[in-house]
Amino acid sequence: MKDPVAVSVKNLTLRYGATLAIDDISFDVAGGELFGFIGPDGAGKTSLFRVLTTLLVPNRGACFVEGHDVVKEYHQIRNLCGYMPGKFSLYLDLTVEENLSFFATIFGATIEENYDLIKDIYVQIEPFKKRKAGKLSGGMKQKLALSCALIHKPRILFLDEPTTGVDAVSRREFWDMLKRLRDGGITILVSTPYMDEAGKCDRVALMQSGKIMKIDTPEGIIKDYPYALLAVKAGDVYPLLKELIQYPGARRADTFGQSVHLSFRKGEIQPDELQRYLIQKGHPHVDIEPITATIEDCFMDLMTIN
Amino acid sequence: MNDVTLTPDIRTKQGMAISSENIILVKDLVKKFGNFIANDHLTFQVRKGEIFGFLGANGAGKTTAIKILCGLWYPTSGELNVAGYDIYTQREKVKQNIGYMSQKFSLYDDLTVFENIRFYGGIYGLRKNEISERAKSLMEKLDLSSARNKLIRDIPLGWKQKLAFSVAMLHNPKIVFLDEPTGGVDPITRRQFWNLIYEAAHGGTTVFVTTHYMDESEYCNRVSIMVDGRIAALDTPEKLKYQYNASTMDDVFIRLARGK
Repeated sequence: MKDPVAVSVKNLTLRYGATLAIDDISFDVAGGELFGFIGPDGAGKTSLFRVLTTLLVPNRGACFVEGHDVVKEYHQIRNLCGYMPGKFSLYLDLTVEENLSFFATIFGATIEENYDLIKDIYVQIEPFKKRKAGKLSGGMKQKLALSCALIHKPRILFLDEPTTGVDAVSRREFWDMLKRLRDGGITILVSTPYMDEAGKCDRVALMQSGKIMKIDTPEGIIKDYPYALLAVKAGDVYPLLKELIQYPGARRADTFGQSVHLSFRKGEIQPDELQRYLIQKGHPHVDIEPITATIEDCFMDLMTIN
Repeated sequence: MNDVTLTPDIRTKQGMAISSENIILVKDLVKKFGNFIANDHLTFQVRKGEIFGFLGANGAGKTTAIKILCGLWYPTSGELNVAGYDIYTQREKVKQNIGYMSQKFSLYDDLTVFENIRFYGGIYGLRKNEISERAKSLMEKLDLSSARNKLIRDIPLGWKQKLAFSVAMLHNPKIVFLDEPTGGVDPITRRQFWNLIYEAAHGGTTVFVTTHYMDESEYCNRVSIMVDGRIAALDTPEKLKYQYNASTMDDVFIRLARGK
């Protein structure tokens, strides 16, 4: 019977020599959840996935995957999880078909018995099945790597930065595939440096420098954002930014595409006064709009606290 | 739609007038690998002082085009003039007048901050006193003076990125090529990096940048999007969004690049 808690981590700490890669983190992932780890390089995401897939032994902490201890019962875990490590993990000098066949075989499965699971993904690369994996584009490599991680029908998937370096179209398609897999009952843990991908997860953990800053649903994180935000838009972003950084009363000013997000303590926001100030400073045509925070606004705020 | 959003394309994001002088001229650039056409008759110009975004899906032909512009690969055919020099007959002059920085290759992990600056300064042909002056001001500006003797592998990614950019600018090139410079970096550091880009452009350096972050494409004066070896669109972000009836560059990109 499926454990309702698919992954349980308590007080996990990991060091590489003197470097503290993971600093006392704890969390649970429920069965069938699409759970995201959002954070930049150095946050500890790859290290965490290596511990959970039993490739690294932690210095401290108790971690369980599908009820099995990551240190004492690593054999069982290795059979039931699928893993897509960061960057690229497949054999570049083997063809698409050969890679898939290889991964099926080492898990004692066949392509035929689990083909249904990967069909939606594999049909997109099937026309290239005789091409060497090294000659595929980034987006196609990701699809192949995902197919290979799924071919033995794992109960849980660990995907370490599967969308890094991949273009925006392929990224969207990839997340659509993940949602379909989650709907089919597979627990999925994904890491990504792209803040906008947080919104596609059931719950996310925001990570920075080996620590988890916050865990919640994306909506919950946004709801907890403690400040009021204005989006200010004028012809040229950079001179506007320099002005807004100086604006008294504003906590942060950050560029977001062609606007600047300006944060204030709640109750202290005064769009009209800001408009007058900007006109006076030589920015006559400005659009000022109150907005809801994005995950990126929340992340930057949490970074400055920590 | 508010007329504020249709920025005339001869003003910079820094409020300065971009020179109408073209610093990169490409006409009918073709690059073939056997029967595969990686660049299929590309034609475009980049203006001096512009921040020019060069986007495209993986496999669209961006990296090929950049390598040709930097004088690393020869085109199959077409005319190219970069930083005032012809790519066929004056390649070395091109290389001396450009800077390059990418995610995959920038600084040497096993050299210190100062050693990297000194090394690149030497490669760019700077004199010894120029190198020490510029090293000093660069390290002060980036607040890296205390890290002068640290190995690159031991400093945080955000510092590496900023240092790599500054090193690419060490010889005051006319154009700096940035290939996905902010991958994997936290959102605050990413913005600090773009401040460096704005300052460089404000100082007259042309910036040619590729990125997978669509919000960063909005920081560019103009953006080109490659699809299947051709340029499918080239304009200011505002005009592209208007033309494709999109509210973000992400949407523009999805609409165009889904071609394959």
